[in-house]
Amino acid sequence: MKEPRDTSWLTTSRVRSAWIFLVPMLVVLALVAAWPLLRTIWLSFTDANLLQMDDAKFIGAENFLSKDGGKWTGVLSDPQWWRAVKNTLYFTFLTVTIETVLGFGIALVLNRSFPGRGLVRAAVLVPWAIPTIVSAKMWSWMQNDQFGILNHMMLGLHIIDKPLAWTADPDLLMSAVVMVDVWKTTPFMALLILAALQMLPKECYEAAQVDGIHPIKVFWKVTLPLVRPALMVAIIFRALDAIRIFDLIYVLTGSREENMTMSIYARQQLIEFQNVGYGSAASALLFFIVALLTVLYVVIGRVKLGDK
Amino acid sequence: MAGTQAQRQPEAQNDTAISLRAIGKYFGKTRVLESIDLEVKRGEFCVFVGPSGCGKSTLLRLIAGLESASAGDLSIDGERMNDVAPAKRGIAMVFQSYALYPHMTVYQNLEFGLRLAKMEKAEADQRIRAAAKMLQIDHLLERLPKDLSGGQRQRVAIGRAITRKPRIFLFDEPLSNLDAALRVTMRAELSRLHKQLQATMVYVTHDQVEAMTLADRIVILNAGHVEQVGPPLEVYRRPRTIFAAGFLGSPKMNFLKGEVGQVATEGVRVDLASGGGIIAPLAAGAAKTGDKVTVGIRPEHIRVTPGRAGPFTATVQLVEDLGDHSILHLDRETIDGRMLAKVADVPAGEDGVVSFDLPPDECHVFDGSGVVLPRRGQ
Amino acid sequence: MKPGAIIRRVLFYLMVAIIVVYAIFPFYYAIISSLKSGTGLFKINYFPVEWKFDNYVSVFREYSFGYNILNSVVVSFTVVAISLFLGLTAAYALGRIQFRGRGALLLTILGVSMFPQVAVLSGMFQLIRTLGLYNNVLGLILSYMIFTLPFTVWVLTTFIRELPKELEEAAIMDGASPWIILRRVFMPLMWPAMVTTGLLAFIAAWNEFLFALTFTLNNQKRTVPVGIGLMSGASQHELPWGNIMAASVIVTLPLIVLVLIFQRRIVSGLTAGAVKG
Repeated sequence: MKEPRDTSWLTTSRVRSAWIFLVPMLVVLALVAAWPLLRTIWLSFTDANLLQMDDAKFIGAENFLSKDGGKWTGVLSDPQWWRAVKNTLYFTFLTVTIETVLGFGIALVLNRSFPGRGLVRAAVLVPWAIPTIVSAKMWSWMQNDQFGILNHMMLGLHIIDKPLAWTADPDLLMSAVVMVDVWKTTPFMALLILAALQMLPKECYEAAQVDGIHPIKVFWKVTLPLVRPALMVAIIFRALDAIRIFDLIYVLTGSREENMTMSIYARQQLIEFQNVGYGSAASALLFFIVALLTVLYVVIGRVKLGDK
Repeated sequence: MAGTQAQRQPEAQNDTAISLRAIGKYFGKTRVLESIDLEVKRGEFCVFVGPSGCGKSTLLRLIAGLESASAGDLSIDGERMNDVAPAKRGIAMVFQSYALYPHMTVYQNLEFGLRLAKMEKAEADQRIRAAAKMLQIDHLLERLPKDLSGGQRQRVAIGRAITRKPRIFLFDEPLSNLDAALRVTMRAELSRLHKQLQATMVYVTHDQVEAMTLADRIVILNAGHVEQVGPPLEVYRRPRTIFAAGFLGSPKMNFLKGEVGQVATEGVRVDLASGGGIIAPLAAGAAKTGDKVTVGIRPEHIRVTPGRAGPFTATVQLVEDLGDHSILHLDRETIDGRMLAKVADVPAGEDGVVSFDLPPDECHVFDGSGVVLPRRGQ
Repeated sequence: MKPGAIIRRVLFYLMVAIIVVYAIFPFYYAIISSLKSGTGLFKINYFPVEWKFDNYVSVFREYSFGYNILNSVVVSFTVVAISLFLGLTAAYALGRIQFRGRGALLLTILGVSMFPQVAVLSGMFQLIRTLGLYNNVLGLILSYMIFTLPFTVWVLTTFIRELPKELEEAAIMDGASPWIILRRVFMPLMWPAMVTTGLLAFIAAWNEFLFALTFTLNNQKRTVPVGIGLMSGASQHELPWGNIMAASVIVTLPLIVLVLIFQRRIVSGLTAGAVKG
């Protein structure tokens, strides 16, 4: 018999214990998460400077958008900001799509039992285990225009006719970055999808086999719909991660304008230009975008569950 | 209710171990338990029995302290225990799934509660070994629960309760996870333990066989209230309500709809809806003409003879032969379907015609609300 | 076997081979490169031709890499230890006790793990400076809590929910307080979950770049990712690739070994965190 909440003396003492257990964690979280976030938001409304952060003065929403003698200023008016937004969204879309498709493929392969499967799965985990910086550096080395093995391979296979400057040529920056991120993150997607695949009831496949249905049709009509919920969760997680990307792009291409993402833009303003107020405004904007998307996801997710 | 003697006298009469007064348990709007008034006597083996969802487990957990009463008073040995923590109530509980600590050996499982109570290691060791010996698990003390069979785990769970030397033992459907043969053995074990420990035991089960065989008194619960309390045989022979009558006994008691006809000094005539009637020896004033009643008779009390002599006849629809007895499905309508009769020898095969009699002394007459009508002389 | 089946099988194993090569090749190439020296790096080889360890030696001598490793180890271990402790106690409350506001609290904690690191950067920077922890290992330990703590709480809560209720009730009947239940009944059963969570948190802390970059000043206080990221050579455009590759290999080998040993646990931890959410 499923029993809902009990509101009596004995339960009250347990609830009290619960809060005692929670307080240490909450205190730390408030210190490292709540306070800095609120501070950043507050700073976004000031003219704070990195060298004199205590002299910050309140300036309202100037950092976000304001008209200063006929000219628009503020983050929202900066074309570089919007370029960063575009880059971020483009990056997110590309990586999540490619990683999902590739990850699905790898998951399907790993789902079949064959000799050496354990070793293959371990091999697939390797890119994920390597620190982002190391991955960036390794690929950066492979992408080197003069001594990089990537150009060497592609020249040898006649895919290109002269070496490409992956991390120098503005048109190629995004491709270079996506290449590395896909290599690094596909294992994660593959594992999540594999876990979902392994939870599927085997009877469906056996029935389809008995009925002689073509495997591709089985995939579209049986596998895909059943994996969809877990797949959606994985995709959303990845997307939210991708929007916040910093490490990879910074190490691979620095603060290059053409390839900047929102995180890089914010940091550049904060640390390099020492414009703490302005940089905080950009950070706050990024935070709100992510928060909005998260809330949307939760709400839509709940609504979907409710309909079920 | 007067008349029948209890099967076994509890050790200390008039000594109440557990007292439940006007106990109620509500979850929001749901009333899981309502106005429970009950007393468990010291040294008694008391069984709470009833269908799923009747509240018997909740009542047990309430006594244990794992749930709190929304209303009413719970007392143990005269002390009010509503707000006392479980460990301080002088009780021990055996769970349905045994709930042994998987990472501790049997010895450590038995020791855990004692050490928490700050008992000396020597004394604890003594108690543990005594309990282990009593339950014949002393050779298993260094094993882990996962290396034990279901029956052995059950014993360890009981042992954990015994070492605490509680005033009261609580059992929550302890035998449900065991197979049939093991259940029979464990039933006998529990009976033996009860005699040996001379402790008060409250036992919850949905199995009426366990209830009938183990209990000094049974408490039949239905939808959160008490239907009847009493020694098993008494409840079996003198059920107070239709529910209690139908709950004990397998196959279930036959219930026939009827209407009171003539009321005379020899007895009350009840006309059965399926035809015919009986003269029930009811007390004076118990019923009046026109009352709608239900007549109940157990399958084993129906006297079946071959032929059409009567007083009732029926065609045999189905014969279920169980070796030592047979169950006849007769084409007479009862509330639950066909009338069932339990016989030693089959008087006629399927599609054969038989006669049967409903002895008035074995008939129970229930009024419109399901309560039994008193007999003459009660 | 039918020819069609043979072709399918060959294609399948070909795919497997491609996947393995794709996954491992960059690291393999890094190893080869790190074993070359001087002009060897200017030649492209698919297979190892040299076996010199010069790069490995110079990494420690010229780049304070030893300090980097030490800092990373200290920070990661401490962060994991604190997160596990706080996370376990919080998980008991969030996973085993019903109370008002529990759902909202869980969602908030999940929300914190979604914070973009830049969003707290300026606030965190000020906090670190006010506490005098700038350019200090302790500053990193503190700031890392923002992503290890929510994750740890979330995953441990998911795992602790799986433990049977009757086990807890038996302990209550034995007279155990919530703290005793956590320490002596639940924690021994949570070891696998704690190892998994600890491992994942360790990898995350080891991996962290932005905070380490922003909150440290000189190389002795830096962690490995920043150390490698900032390795520069004699001139602006000449990166010491040999050294960088050597440092990368040094840092990656233990991680790979860890991951290979614990791969099952890691997968279950990742899926518990993501899918069950």
